[in-house]
Amino acid sequence: MKRVIIIIAFFLVFFGCKAKTSVTEKEIPFLDTGVNHHEWVLIKSGEFFKGLHDHETRIKNDYEIMKTHVTNDQYVYYLNEALEKGTIKIEDDMVKGFYPGDKFHEYKHEKQIGKGFWPHMPVHELGQRIKFDGKIFSLIKGFENHPVTMVSWFGAKAFCDFYGWRLPTENEWEKAARGYDKRAYPWGNDISRGHANYYSSRLKVMKALNIHTYTTSPVGFFNGRTHNGLETKNGKTPEGLHDMAGNVWQWTADIYKDMHYRFMRGGSFTNYAYNLRIWARNSAGPEFYDINIGFRCVRDIENEEVSDDSNSGEEIIDGN
Amino acid sequence: MFYIKERFNYLFTSTKGLILVSISLISLIAAIWGTLSGPMVELGVKAITVKLLGLKLLPVEREGRIIMLYHTIAMAVLAIEVYMITSIVPMKKHQQSTINATITTGYITAMFFGLGFAYFGHHFVFHGLFLVGQSLVFFSGLLLASALWPWRKEYRISNPDYSHTKKGTDLERVAFFVMTLATLGSAIFGAVTGSYWGQGHETFLAEDLIRVPHKTALELAIVGHLHIMLTLIAVAITLIIGRWFDFKGIFHKIAMPVMIIGIIIITLGVWSVVPYQTSAHIIIYVGSGLVMFAALLLVIFGWKKLIRVRIAELGMKNPGFFKKFKALLHDPLKFGPLWQMVFMNFTVSGVGIFMAVKLDEIFRVWPAREERITLTGHWHILAAIIATIILLYYADIAGLKGKTRKWFGWIVIIFSDIAFGAVTVFSMKRLFVEHYAQEKVVSWTMLLADLGLALVLVVLAMLLLWRLFDLFKKKGLWMLEKDNPELEVKKTSSPSERYLKSSGEVE
Repeated sequence: MKRVIIIIAFFLVFFGCKAKTSVTEKEIPFLDTGVNHHEWVLIKSGEFFKGLHDHETRIKNDYEIMKTHVTNDQYVYYLNEALEKGTIKIEDDMVKGFYPGDKFHEYKHEKQIGKGFWPHMPVHELGQRIKFDGKIFSLIKGFENHPVTMVSWFGAKAFCDFYGWRLPTENEWEKAARGYDKRAYPWGNDISRGHANYYSSRLKVMKALNIHTYTTSPVGFFNGRTHNGLETKNGKTPEGLHDMAGNVWQWTADIYKDMHYRFMRGGSFTNYAYNLRIWARNSAGPEFYDINIGFRCVRDIENEEVSDDSNSGEEIIDGN
Repeated sequence: MFYIKERFNYLFTSTKGLILVSISLISLIAAIWGTLSGPMVELGVKAITVKLLGLKLLPVEREGRIIMLYHTIAMAVLAIEVYMITSIVPMKKHQQSTINATITTGYITAMFFGLGFAYFGHHFVFHGLFLVGQSLVFFSGLLLASALWPWRKEYRISNPDYSHTKKGTDLERVAFFVMTLATLGSAIFGAVTGSYWGQGHETFLAEDLIRVPHKTALELAIVGHLHIMLTLIAVAITLIIGRWFDFKGIFHKIAMPVMIIGIIIITLGVWSVVPYQTSAHIIIYVGSGLVMFAALLLVIFGWKKLIRVRIAELGMKNPGFFKKFKALLHDPLKFGPLWQMVFMNFTVSGVGIFMAVKLDEIFRVWPAREERITLTGHWHILAAIIATIILLYYADIAGLKGKTRKWFGWIVIIFSDIAFGAVTVFSMKRLFVEHYAQEKVVSWTMLLADLGLALVLVVLAMLLLWRLFDLFKKKGLWMLEKDNPELEVKKTSSPSERYLKSSGEVE
């Protein structure tokens, strides 16, 4: 019996430690999903059912939201432009940018987000699909239309700001994901492995993309077509948005009183199905980045200020 | 008809039979509901279960379903502990019968109608009956508290081996009594909040509130309720195991007052979480420390006793360290419960303390979903550890002997601990491995956790099948247990002959 324990412990430590140093990101074949990731989708103003308990909530203005996550090629293009214009800089192997800071309330567990240069994205870290040679940014081939990841809230906000757009508020994100009824997922109330990139479908996605670790899928992958033998279902929202559940979490704009956390929505390829439900929230500090966190932007189509009547229960001090 | 009646009487009137029924029902639920999550989803087993049973699993109802599932299982676990308490703590026979009958009716009603409501369509009659069941369980708790009243003359003790006051009040009985009162109060804590459902209180899982800075009073009450109930279930099993080991001597004299004070402090600490959230945590830490210290004294006493008894059995004189160690491990069913209490410190208390110390530095830097996994992981482990302690004790009650006893005991201990360890590593994997490289750690820890728990369930199923087949025998073990229905422990007090006569226990 002792031997069994020793062998099991050995395997655990061996694979755990080995994995840390042996996995590197490699080029993969490009997969065109047929979804144009440069498109925007109009979300009309009006009421929607918010959260687990379906609170009727109203958004006053129309807005447009990106049809898919911001992709690696879009972010690389932005980084090179921003570097040239001087809105970002490279310091300590990190892309950094200026942020004016948040109001600090010194509440329990609240961390001060002060004025200064904050991390947008690491330059040389495991899991990175974007490279930097000291002058320009480029990306690893095959990941062009995958969602950009390893980007902090600051990095996501900076991207949207750069083009005159902004991150969606949680309410805007939720309305866009849910449409006009009480569905649990963007496409309806049932979830299967063909609907989205999440924990239960990760092995099939890995196989279809020929990648040996769990990974993002190209944006719009789950669109009812068959890719490399993997038959997908149409995972669109009623208004035609892709990947509003699974693939990578999406940063949202709201800054709440008494906390520094920023919230993410949508779930990711590492999460179980319940995290993909429309109302599921995740959060982290604004400087946090990870392999399963990305974002998409919204833009106002009228000059009126975009606002909504209800929030997530916390007092919003900045909805961006 | 007599054939069924006899067996029915054994199962529903004897302590051993009642425990067997409860464990069987919980196991059945664990086996069926276990197919709805984890790898069973990917393997397609969930889909089969859903289709076969006609389950209705709307995503929007997940939180409510989970809450009802926890409650149904918890009611059955409470019932097991109550059966044990009514058997090992002196009380009148009619009190024992009434308490056991009430809680049996209660937990079975709550279980069937709770699961019916949560998983088979929302028929509100089912919900009403679920509440009726829980109310009966609560009522049985009141009866238990009354039966345990420690200041009756007949329960006074003079035996210097057991902790008691100068007047002879049995402090172990006081500990059981205080634990029962604390449980009743804490049940009210949750029930009152639940009564606001739809009127300000909305269904939620506590782990989804971890980073919300301003929680409502109703939310805080629910968070407090679930923590204290699990804690008190753990306290109850510690006291029960103490009696099984005939806990006595100087350690008993220290442990019992400490346990009583610990229970009171921890309970008041949790209740005060609503008005005084910050200071409540400090009070809870003090109470937890005391309760854990009392449990540590039991572990030391128990292990010393195990060694002493085995060494005496073997007739050894001046045994060395390794012989003592071997003696300690001789009987896994007796070593196991105390070991699980120690192991709990690595996977529950240790993790909890580490989280508290490094909360802002580590865990609140991670995404909320990972902090959530660590939190839910460590209290699921606590619940499962309590379950394994009950199982090990039950295996002894059920009469496992010889090699079967050893195999059963060691499989439960080793494989449950592998599972708990794997879950702990899984929940804290970001400490050791970057997220990008976690796939293998996730796969291995999940495999070990599932394998470990599956093996425990398999040996449990074998034990239950053995007892099921035994019921078909004319003169099976069940007959012996029917004739000797109570748990074989040495009670702290022996009520006088006069008392026994007055209660009708002897002619």
